[in-house]
Formats: sequence, C-alpha cells, structure tokens
Amino acid sequence: MTIGTIKEILEAEVVCGEESLDNEVFSACGSDMMSDVLAYVKNQAVLLTGLVNSQVVRTAEMMDMVCIVFVRSKKPTPEMIELAKDSSLVILTTPMRMYEACGKLYENGLRGESRHV
Amino acid sequence: MNESLTFHFDVDGTDFTSAGQASANVKRSLRQLGLAPDIIRQVSIAMYEGEINMVIHAGGGEADVTVFEDKIEIVLKDHGPGIKDIDLAMQEGYSTATDTVRSLGFGAGMGLPNMKRYTDEMHIETEVGKGTTIKMYVNLTD
Ligand SMILES: Nc1ncnc2c1ncn2[C@@H]1O[C@H](COP(=O)(O)OP(=O)(O)O)[C@@H](O)[C@H]1O
Ligand SMILES: [Mg+2]
Repeated sequence: MTIGTIKEILEAEVVCGEESLDNEVFSACGSDMMSDVLAYVKNQAVLLTGLVNSQVVRTAEMMDMVCIVFVRSKKPTPEMIELAKDSSLVILTTPMRMYEACGKLYENGLRGESRHV
Repeated sequence: MNESLTFHFDVDGTDFTSAGQASANVKRSLRQLGLAPDIIRQVSIAMYEGEINMVIHAGGGEADVTVFEDKIEIVLKDHGPGIKDIDLAMQEGYSTATDTVRSLGFGAGMGLPNMKRYTDEMHIETEVGKGTTIKMYVNLTD
C-alpha cells in the first residue's frame, strides 16, 4: 500500500513529506506507548498514535519507520515537524480514532506482524 | 579504518523534548559510514533507550560512542541516583517511572531488557547515590 493510499483511507491531511506519498509500506502498528513500540515492534513502517511529543518522531526515526499518523486530528508541534523533515518522515493527521484508523488499514490489507527480536 | 572514530555528547537532563538527540546524531553518522542497516538500528535503539533513561531517571549525563574495527561501543554515564537492584531493574515491566513519564509514552519497564536484547554485550556499573555507567557493545563481525 502506498502512503498516499493510507492518506485516502484515513481521510488524512498531510502535515509533511508530501513528496513521499508514492512510497510503498507493508506493515503498521498503533500505540501510545513509545516504550512498547521500541520493545515489541519490528519492521513496521507506519506508526499510528494519539501521543503528541518529540519522542514520537524520535522513536519512529530510531525504528526506521517512514510514516507517522496522528489520530483524533492531533497536530504535531513545529519542532516535531522539523525533526520529521530531518529524517524524511511523512506525517499524516486523521480525524479517526485509533481503533477505527487501525481497523480501516487492516481491512484494506495493511497488516501488523510484530514480534520479539 | 585503523583509527577508531569517537563521538561525545552531553545529554541534557532537564529537557525531555531534546532527548534522543545524541542517538539521532550517532544514527546519522553510522549511516554515513555505510554500516549495515540492522547494525545501525541495534545501536540506535539501544542508545536511545539508554539516553531516555538518563533523562527520565538520572537528570542527564554523557554519552560516548566509539566505532572500532570489529565493534561499536556505547558508554552512557550519569550522576543520578544509581540502581539499587540491577536484577530487578532488568526485569521486563519493572519501572519506577512517574505517571508524568508514562503520559509521555515511556516507563513501561522495557528499556534495560531492550538494551540487552539489541546489543551483544551490556555491563552496568552503578552505585546508589553516585550514578550509573552502562557500557554496550554491538559486534560488527559475526
Ligand atoms: N540511568 C539510570 N539511573 C537510575 N535508575 C535507572 C537508570 N536506568 C534505569 N533505571 C531504573 O531501572 C528501571 C527500569 O529501567 P527500564 O527497563 O529502562 O524501564 P523504564 O525506563 O520504562 O522505567 C527504571 O524504572 C529505573 O528505576
Ligand atoms: Mg527506560
């Protein structure tokens, strides 16, 4: 699935990274606990979250993710947008809630597949 | 590469927002060196967890990373409260993090176990009231 398709499915706005919407991603995860993302996630390219602070972007960066989706219309701070741009991350924001957003993506074929290293 | 490459960072313990800067810097430098993505990710995640720990548990500290021919060494040194019981701290789910830290997305008690999992070697030296030094190694050869 492309990031552009995610944007369509989630009726999302692009906050930054417009130029990367054609990039393909193969899995995603949803969490508000960055600790859990760091511990349990492997090779997920997309992070859906309701948490808004710089460490969300840092976590995605450390995990080599390519896209962050903020649910419930949450908006990242300018600082976070700068950090995201520095590491070529796409940021989307969707009005949907976490459960719905994850469900829609899963239903359309974007799977999870998290496991311990 | 005969001479080892070193990086030094002061980790600000008062600013949660800027935490992770050192790890992000190291990640970028390792990329420029052309190291394998898996190795870079191991180093980044282990160092980032350690850096976050220094900020949320120890009031900041110093990070030193050295790239040797056969391994990468990460040394995280702080002058925080120290760790009373290392075995306990190493258990998955054990955390003394405050609710504030949890509301920021951390404090699941997975950091130290994660650091161990992502590195080939990890040593913790700690003294209550004095501080903690964590050394981690990621091998570059099998
Ligand atoms: N640098 C440190 N200084 C003092 N205590 C620490 C340090 N790092 C970890 N700890 C202690 O070990 C516990 C477990 O650490 P960790 O596994 O990273 O979980 P978390 O950070 O989510 O609490 C912490 O809650 C804290 O009590
Ligand atoms: Mg931790």
